[in-house]
Amino acid sequence: MSSPRSDFRAGVRVVAPILLGVIPFGMVAGAAAVGVGIPAAQAVAMSVVIFAGASQLAAIELVGRGAPALVVVATVLVVNLRHVMYSASIAPHFARLSARWKAGLSYLLTDQAYAISLMRFEREPETSRRWYYLGVAFPLWLTWQAATVVGVLVGARVPEGWHLEFAVPLVFLAVLVPAVTDRATGAAALVGGATAIAANGLPYNIGLVTAAVVGIAAGMVAESALGTGEEREVS
Amino acid sequence: MAASDFDTIVLWLVILAGGVGTFALRASFVALFGRLDDVPPRVERALRFVPAAVLSALLVPELVFADGGLALSPANPKLLAGAVAAAVAWRTEDILATLVAGMGALWLVTFALG
Repeated sequence: MSSPRSDFRAGVRVVAPILLGVIPFGMVAGAAAVGVGIPAAQAVAMSVVIFAGASQLAAIELVGRGAPALVVVATVLVVNLRHVMYSASIAPHFARLSARWKAGLSYLLTDQAYAISLMRFEREPETSRRWYYLGVAFPLWLTWQAATVVGVLVGARVPEGWHLEFAVPLVFLAVLVPAVTDRATGAAALVGGATAIAANGLPYNIGLVTAAVVGIAAGMVAESALGTGEEREVS
Repeated sequence: MAASDFDTIVLWLVILAGGVGTFALRASFVALFGRLDDVPPRVERALRFVPAAVLSALLVPELVFADGGLALSPANPKLLAGAVAAAVAWRTEDILATLVAGMGALWLVTFALG
């Protein structure tokens, strides 16, 4: 039967294979940070405080290019805007928890924790919301922190000829491909990418934020013009 | 390379602001639920396109710029390696497999062009 402990364990079992993919991603984040000269303490702090891989990599890159601090922060927030959507969609399941629990579970909210938990919540109403979610989200958090530390330690010793910095765009690519689920999201990706090229020379490195906004607008226009083709929840 | 213009305090502030802001995004509707009925439909429509637009904007310049200029030729090894990685990402939807394929392709091409 469903108990807090068994629900927690069920979450751990489902997330275990995904942790394998988190390890290289976290190591890249740690290695990339020390690669652009961010001190080890701050490289690890980024993972603990921000805890959102793609946005950390974007921030690291901008820090490396010497972008203004405000632009770095704005970029982190734009990259993480999708969490508002997760928050809205998972909120009903956490509605009866205390404010403290809500805060803790919100801190742990990631793409994977959201997608896995929501699937289970919708299929099995009996599941303990907080314990199943913790079983998924906490191992992700722990693995991310450990992988970042390893990346920080190893990253400083990798020779430049290995082009390890190329791992960063590869991670973006690996996350982008599954995010393109229909023609409208494809349009958002195409226009966002093209605008990023065109806007590359803009001052203060605001090219990324500009490209994101134009890409999102293109997706909405494409959706109105073409329809989505298929109905699919964003995962 | 050094984190040139970033002194320690500014970098800490950036990390803190990015973290607090990200937490606010994550907590937004979890905290407000019950007080606010639902995400406004227009906002929800826009949010659907955030991952694709943002990730593409992060990725594409990394592939097409080399040595400070546009490099849309086969002599740019990152283009080919990116194409290989995209194919693998499409087939597997796996970060590790994509990383291995892309890094492997980059090493092969740079070695071949040597």
